[in-house]
Amino acid sequence: MATVTDIVEGRGICICAGSGGVGKTTTSAALAAGLAARGQKVCVLTIDPAKRLADSLGLEELGNTPKQVDPALFEPCGVELKGELWAMQLDAKATFDELVRKHAPDAETRDRILENRIYRQLSNALAGSQEYMAMEKLFEIHQEGRYDFLVLDTPPSREALDFLDAPKRLTQFIEGRGMQMFMKPTGVAAKVVGRGSSMAFSVLKRVTGLDLLSDLSEFFQAFSGMVDGFRERAKRVSELLGDPATTFVVVCGPQGEPIDEAVYFHRKLVEAQLPVGGVIVNKVHYETEADLTSGEVQADLTDLLDDDLAERVARNFADYQALAERDARNVEHLQRELQPKAVIRIPYLDEDVHDLEALLKIDRYLFASEEQREELAASGAA
Amino acid sequence: MPELLDKRLVFVTGKGGVGKSTISIALGLAAASRGKRTIVCEVGGQETASRVFRRAEIGFHEVEVADNLWAISIDPDQSLREYLLLQLKVRAMRDLLVRSRVFNYLAAATPGLKELVTIGKIWELAQPDRRVKKAQEYDLVIVDAPATGHGIGFLQTPRTFAGIARVGPVHAQAQALDTFITNHDTTGVAIVSLPEEMPVNETASLEESLSGEIGMEVDRVYMNGLYPERFSSGDADELTDALERAGGPARAAVRAALSEHRRCRSQREQLQRLKQAVSSPVKTLPFIFKPQLDVPSLERLAGALV
Repeated sequence: MATVTDIVEGRGICICAGSGGVGKTTTSAALAAGLAARGQKVCVLTIDPAKRLADSLGLEELGNTPKQVDPALFEPCGVELKGELWAMQLDAKATFDELVRKHAPDAETRDRILENRIYRQLSNALAGSQEYMAMEKLFEIHQEGRYDFLVLDTPPSREALDFLDAPKRLTQFIEGRGMQMFMKPTGVAAKVVGRGSSMAFSVLKRVTGLDLLSDLSEFFQAFSGMVDGFRERAKRVSELLGDPATTFVVVCGPQGEPIDEAVYFHRKLVEAQLPVGGVIVNKVHYETEADLTSGEVQADLTDLLDDDLAERVARNFADYQALAERDARNVEHLQRELQPKAVIRIPYLDEDVHDLEALLKIDRYLFASEEQREELAASGAA
Repeated sequence: MPELLDKRLVFVTGKGGVGKSTISIALGLAAASRGKRTIVCEVGGQETASRVFRRAEIGFHEVEVADNLWAISIDPDQSLREYLLLQLKVRAMRDLLVRSRVFNYLAAATPGLKELVTIGKIWELAQPDRRVKKAQEYDLVIVDAPATGHGIGFLQTPRTFAGIARVGPVHAQAQALDTFITNHDTTGVAIVSLPEEMPVNETASLEESLSGEIGMEVDRVYMNGLYPERFSSGDADELTDALERAGGPARAAVRAALSEHRRCRSQREQLQRLKQAVSSPVKTLPFIFKPQLDVPSLERLAGALV
């Protein structure tokens, strides 16, 4: 199987994972647009769309809630829109605030957290918070049940797959037990903790200063009232990731390093027992024909063009072929690793992809079979 | 350009996938060839230097990878342990602390701590008088910084901590880090971009937030991966014409040339856009037609950087 239709058939959620700069946002948007065109009501949750991409979807005022893309925009691209396309841009801070509002036991706790200096300065940088908030929003929108299909563009993360651990790490962070215990060295807790921790505490005080320590404790304690709510929520978010309705797609580029990363991502997902549908390789230089020698080409070219131009065309072609060979080798390596899952190659298009028309061009490859894709690429339909 | 390599510390930043690691190492090679003792720092578990120089994983060690050039991959946990030892001076006391539950909880849960100790280690490497015992001095420290989104948060950490800890040792040290990285005499910034829509947009907003939110001046923007201008518009017309007559392999070659011409043109448009969008000087770097970047091609790139 080698089409994106096979990957998403019968599913309700597709999570696009991959490292930064490989075209994940574009791929997510193209996938969502393609599914919408084919009749589904789709929502794409993106992290950070390029300004012009957002503009082209009519989404310049995008907030933390989904907005519908104007169906009229599809017509000029020659595509009939049978479903609906919705999109939203994730705002980690706003999602976190919502979560605090939802789970705070009372108004006082809520305000204490929202107004805490540390929370306000760092809620965007909290360990894995951006990753977790992406999951959280996905869960929330899924719960509402207003869409047939959800596409999530995950945050680019150097520490591959941070987002998988995100729910767990956030719960650990919220569970302020260790904190509460040691912050009361003279109270009941002191007996439980014993002398060792008290000494550690005084050493710690030397490093941080008491002021910072009490500020931090205030911060952690404010959260401690919400542990149960958060833990339950995090558990359900984790369950959604492993649900049969969910599929993961790894997005990568054709160079050696991105391919290695894709292999790594894929292994990690499989280890985590998550359903991986396949890999989408962007910006592939398609091989035109395998056994070309530049000498032959040059002879043919000199019939068509003057010597100087013919030579430049040949040199350019040789460079292109070298990249195409590299890409083919890398994709082959990837395919061996992924057996028998789909590896979908999207060609390196002549122009930058940042409008709906270009997204729909990508769809012609995304939704084509492998043979159709070869044909498309060979006909130069870029 | 000499100004950039004359700094003590240079951050190389930009969107994901634009070639920050490659350019960090190439800058390192450029500085080293000018006789500067240089170290390239990777963060977040990156190990590009060990791959490029075909070595075993470098990790949290200062490893010499070429003449005058060292590399290190900064691990936050080890940086924290090292920092604690420098603070407490007594190994037993440090060990008592790192074995305690209290400390482990705090270390794992405190937001931004990893970033803070990473920048702390970078600062330590850049000191003429190193804090770490028997450590050698470097003329230049080059940091392969995290990608844009995380990058701003990363560089902002010292200031944030200095604000949170109003007094005390953490305040003083965070303040010192912030002062150091925002001092344009000692610290430089290079942003790496690509001739495409999104990277150009991100470069412009990154430059703005670096100076506006953090107070770091950008010295230079590298426009990476520019194709050579092989074909003029006149050539393109001729090629379009020839495409109709061409068949077989020649047809593929002509088509590749036309694609190249279109991409090249769109790249030049993006280059113009970048030049208008940023206030720092823009330096262009060629696309390297190599399946895998090796040391000779990095050396060639190093030549183009200056």
